[in-house]
Amino acid sequence: MTNGWVDIKNTDMMLIMGGNPAENHPCGFKWAIEAKRNRNAKIISVDPRFTRTSAVADLFCQIRAGSDIAFLGGVINYAIENNRIAHEYLVNFTNAAFAVNNAFKLPGDTDGVFSGFDAGKFTYDRSTWNYAGPGAAVPAGAAPGALPPMPANVDYDLTLQNPNCVFQLLKKHYSRYTPEMVERITGIPKAQFLKAADTYTSIRKDGDMKQVGTVIYAVGWTHHSFGTQIIRTAAMLQLLLGNVGRAGGGVNALRGHSNIQGATDMAGLYDTLPGYLKVPTPADANFDAWMKRATPTSSQPAPWQSWNYYSNTSKFTVSLMKAFYGDAATKQNDWAFDYLPKVDRDYSWTYLWNDMYDGKVKGMLAFGMNGVAIGPDTNKNIDALKKAEWLVVGEIYPDETSEFWRSPRVLAQGDQNQIQTTVYRLPCAGFAEKDGSFSNSARWLLWKNTAVPLPGDCRLDHGIVAQIFLKVRELYNKEGGKFPDPILNLTWAYSEPQNPPLFEVLKEMNGKALADLEDPATKQQIKAGQQLPGFAWLKDDGTTSCGIWIYSGAYTEAGNQTARRDPSDPSGMGVHPGWGWSWPANRRVLYNRASCDVAGKPWDPSRKQVWWNEDSKKWVGNDVPDFKADSPPKDHMGPFIMNAEGVGRIFAPLSAFADGPFPEFYEPIESPLANLLHPERSTNPVVTKFKDTDDKFGTVKDFPIICTTFRLTEHYHYWTKNNPMNVQLVPEPFIEMAAEMADEMGIRGGEKVKVSSARGEYIAKAMVTKRIKSMLIDGKKTYQIGIPFHWGYRGIAEDEGKTARDLANQLTHTATDPNAHTPEFKGFLVKVEKV
Amino acid sequence: METNRRDFLKIAAVGGAAAAVFGFDVKPAYAEMAQLKIARASETRSTCPYCAVGCGTIIYTLGDKAKNVTAQVVHVEGDPDHPTNRGTLCPKGSSLAQDILNDRRLLKPQVRRPGGSQWEDISWENALNEIAARIKKTRDDSFIEKDAAGRTVNRTEAISWIGGCTDTNEFNYLVVKAMRALGVVHLENQARV
Amino acid sequence: MSQETMRIQKMSAHAGAIPGEDTQRTYVVSKLIDTTTCIGCKACEVACMEWNDLPFGETVFDNTYQTMPETRWNYWNLILFNEHEREDGSLQWLMRKNQCMHCADPGCLAACPSDGAIIQYANGIVDFQQANCIGCGYCITGCPFNIPKFNPQTKRVYKCTLCADRVGEGLEPACIKACPTGCLHFGSKDDMKDLAEKRATQLRDHYNFPNAGVYDPAGVGGTGVMYILHDATKPELYGGLPKDPQIPLMVKLWKGPIKWLGNIAMIGGLIGLFIHYLRFGPKDREDQDIREQIALAQEKAAKAAKEKNEEEHP
Repeated sequence: MTNGWVDIKNTDMMLIMGGNPAENHPCGFKWAIEAKRNRNAKIISVDPRFTRTSAVADLFCQIRAGSDIAFLGGVINYAIENNRIAHEYLVNFTNAAFAVNNAFKLPGDTDGVFSGFDAGKFTYDRSTWNYAGPGAAVPAGAAPGALPPMPANVDYDLTLQNPNCVFQLLKKHYSRYTPEMVERITGIPKAQFLKAADTYTSIRKDGDMKQVGTVIYAVGWTHHSFGTQIIRTAAMLQLLLGNVGRAGGGVNALRGHSNIQGATDMAGLYDTLPGYLKVPTPADANFDAWMKRATPTSSQPAPWQSWNYYSNTSKFTVSLMKAFYGDAATKQNDWAFDYLPKVDRDYSWTYLWNDMYDGKVKGMLAFGMNGVAIGPDTNKNIDALKKAEWLVVGEIYPDETSEFWRSPRVLAQGDQNQIQTTVYRLPCAGFAEKDGSFSNSARWLLWKNTAVPLPGDCRLDHGIVAQIFLKVRELYNKEGGKFPDPILNLTWAYSEPQNPPLFEVLKEMNGKALADLEDPATKQQIKAGQQLPGFAWLKDDGTTSCGIWIYSGAYTEAGNQTARRDPSDPSGMGVHPGWGWSWPANRRVLYNRASCDVAGKPWDPSRKQVWWNEDSKKWVGNDVPDFKADSPPKDHMGPFIMNAEGVGRIFAPLSAFADGPFPEFYEPIESPLANLLHPERSTNPVVTKFKDTDDKFGTVKDFPIICTTFRLTEHYHYWTKNNPMNVQLVPEPFIEMAAEMADEMGIRGGEKVKVSSARGEYIAKAMVTKRIKSMLIDGKKTYQIGIPFHWGYRGIAEDEGKTARDLANQLTHTATDPNAHTPEFKGFLVKVEKV
Repeated sequence: METNRRDFLKIAAVGGAAAAVFGFDVKPAYAEMAQLKIARASETRSTCPYCAVGCGTIIYTLGDKAKNVTAQVVHVEGDPDHPTNRGTLCPKGSSLAQDILNDRRLLKPQVRRPGGSQWEDISWENALNEIAARIKKTRDDSFIEKDAAGRTVNRTEAISWIGGCTDTNEFNYLVVKAMRALGVVHLENQARV
Repeated sequence: MSQETMRIQKMSAHAGAIPGEDTQRTYVVSKLIDTTTCIGCKACEVACMEWNDLPFGETVFDNTYQTMPETRWNYWNLILFNEHEREDGSLQWLMRKNQCMHCADPGCLAACPSDGAIIQYANGIVDFQQANCIGCGYCITGCPFNIPKFNPQTKRVYKCTLCADRVGEGLEPACIKACPTGCLHFGSKDDMKDLAEKRATQLRDHYNFPNAGVYDPAGVGGTGVMYILHDATKPELYGGLPKDPQIPLMVKLWKGPIKWLGNIAMIGGLIGLFIHYLRFGPKDREDQDIREQIALAQEKAAKAAKEKNEEEHP
């Protein structure tokens, strides 16, 4: 979230789409209700189903799953056409005025693709996706195919009239997303769409800046083969309306799991290192080459400034290497650059399972991660595990992954005794049995305490990881082996190495001084060995260590900041600066400089966050300013300090995205019709499909119904099927379908139905409801169904034989988003039959 | 008020009758009521492990944490001080006591051998030794020091780690540190999906 | 809230005045349920189960999100889900938390023939004292909201206590505390009425619900549980909430015009005990308790009467 849970109470308008927070984040959703109760705020709920969120919304639109970009593009078009835009914000805080390379072409002009498309390789040459201005040429001697840099000084037109400026291109691009087109693609009747667009943009009526709107979403947007671009569209809309950086505004991803934000921050993903640092590739010949590629150079109109905070990348990275490798990382050995594995291809989730399916991945460690149930394409994952040599599962309950070898699929195929996989299942600790910090969706780190002892022979999860690692290290010490250096030299100086105390780990993540340090400006000193107060102290000369730069400040000399429990909120804006600690730098609303006009005065004096204090010549406020504290407004430094341009990107240049600098509507991989904007280029042009036996795709001829998966508030993922209380609330799996469709098929509520996709089948009882209706997609009657996914083949109901022991992800396919590599769990094709 | 629990019943059942028949009684009548079940419980502040709202919870455990007592959960409620949830909990958070004390919990290490149809018990020592040996062998067999173009890559593509998103930051940090040191690139997480 | 508010104010089948009745100031507590901000998450259902340690029961899928068709002896708090199409074609998914309404004039209490089996505290909470319950089920017929439920194992009737144990210790009821959106409120009846009227006004003025209003039916003397409804003219839409609930006529007669009969309610209680004995036999330890208590109390009452008599006529 750019903002936070409590901050939602400050909003006037909520667009809740691609998420169902009433159902999935009820306690956070209270702040949406507070905004309604205290500010007369409105909720617009856009969803394929009428959900619990829709039940308290002021306006509901039933959208076809996967057509979100068409809807949002239509709202952008409406905002521009009706002058409901934040003009001053747009011109000064976004790249709307930036001129774009003349050679750049929009998909409306080039058969549904942007300029530079290679139809044979399904990739783009993105060199035309750049700003215009001096110095934007590929430097001599660069590797073949290298992208040009952004121009140091960008050409611009503050009147926004230049036909090649970002704003004019935006306007042209989305002028195709007319209300009529939105209706044909999304199935939302034109009048209803116009009501939604009018309601949302009403906060910027005649350009008045006082009111604020927020966009709230979740995995309903990420689970698509164009998920990143849906979120991009929302972000662009928010920039256009001047809602980013403001209390009650922002683009708010409601993350699904208690520490999914922390796991992302910590880089439990192949393509990043802790704190969103870029992984090294084989092409990076050494540490300096890696840093050169990873560090952006600023690019903005000549009279403006850009802080370009990622220019500090080498400080963050050297400090990380010092945290990982201690004295073994020196300037002489290139900060142990060789110790890091190099990444130059896609190792993401579906590729991982595909590689195991192909026999390349021999062993897997799965901790708290039920890969078979999570899918997509559960059957493929089961088939992949059959080919693995070993699997180690760390869990607290019996799960589908550890028991894949006795899954209904394996038992039906009768090949259990052929499966050579050795499976270890290790009993782990429940949340109440361990301490440590979680980072919530609002980026707040909060420490929790141990309440009860471990039951039975269970061990602490981090202890198990430590014990495995130390045993491997012992083997390399004794026997030697391939490149043992990173294993032998990894720092592990915890007071109890077999069970590292978690506060010691948090201290390491926060970072400490390795030599005496002094701030040249303030003369503040930090002695060697002391905890660092924040990431501003990080150095790239080896005198600091820090495991994750954005968490620097979480455990300082003042102690564990994540354990702070001061509930006060002096500003009344839901900042709560003394409760836990939020990254970065205990800042609660990101980009908050944009809550002020160009002169540094809050857009809305009743919702003051930060502001420029002319007396102290500093940015001050109720929140920690997300800005260079002493940069006066007259210098025109951009508020989006993490972008090299310093401004919000309505146009995302060069390598930012794989599939275009503006989001374009593409159909889901499995879709009932060809793309109405460009039928010949129906789906995302850079998305490729796996071609293994288990990777099958269907068409509307065989599978005429659109299917989407969802969650229920009564259950949590694949976890609470072990909890008798939650099982009592919703005892069985079901399939939600329109009453009209059920009538046509002769299905009554509670009767068993079979849903089939090209991948597999799923049997459950029908939930016949008025909350889903038939829709007209390009004039053709179309049905959608929804499947809550909380069941599997192990659980209370499953073990009692009350379910078909199916998994919803037996239906889903493996095509992914080209940017985030997230599979398309939503909006695929099925057929429905009465059993 | 000296009324004790036994007295409640007497008064409630007939005390009033006596007064009604024979006169006016100003000693108020009280009913028997359950003792507040958390009155003597220990409170531990924790965070709900489910969604990313991160609600503050209070775990009430039996007794006073005396040495001879094994703490066990009697109740879980929202932490009213927590700015986000302000004491509220959803139907999942409200049922956390059933998660903490649950007879479906895995309690011992187990192994399923090749071709097997059942779980077998295994000691922690043996399990960890076997796992470590497998990791080392798989890594040594698959380690790639240089790619086809002769560039240093120092990775293994044969070991994968997949992690959930309900464990601590510190756990995740240790995992990333250890897995990257092993050269693991198939490093993925619930955060992806 | 304090224990002082937990003094008994009304008592079933009780002859004459309640000890201490009206001798102290107190205020009546009330739950306010804003159905317009209820998301049907069932946190209240779970919180109720957990706090009261109610045993789990089996449920089956019934083409609804509703956990079960109606409350059970071991399920006191149930959200009712109703899909309603408005005249303009838009859909409403109405959710109403159903539980004991804690009526000011409780039909259950009026109907109960067993002395002290159903009581009303000074703060308005209506509570069942299972120790005194004879399992006759009259309270079930006396309730216009179909709330009390009979447990065939214990042969007694159960319902929501409004967490009297918590309220007595100064805590809010478990359901109130859990409610994620804050659609549940708890406080004095006057404060809740005030809050309810304000919210209803907001709904009429800002949210296009011209018939929004408060449900606090007069037929049962007003309720300790009030609702804010999107359309207060149609409470039936919310899972059959009665528009004008009344205490059944027979019950009214029983405790109304023939109130003098209350003076022999102790005898009624004994008859009730006898009925319980006939129906279920003397197997229950609590039955034994009650008989002991009655004997003890009779002895004590006789003693007290004697003393009093001596005081007044020395």
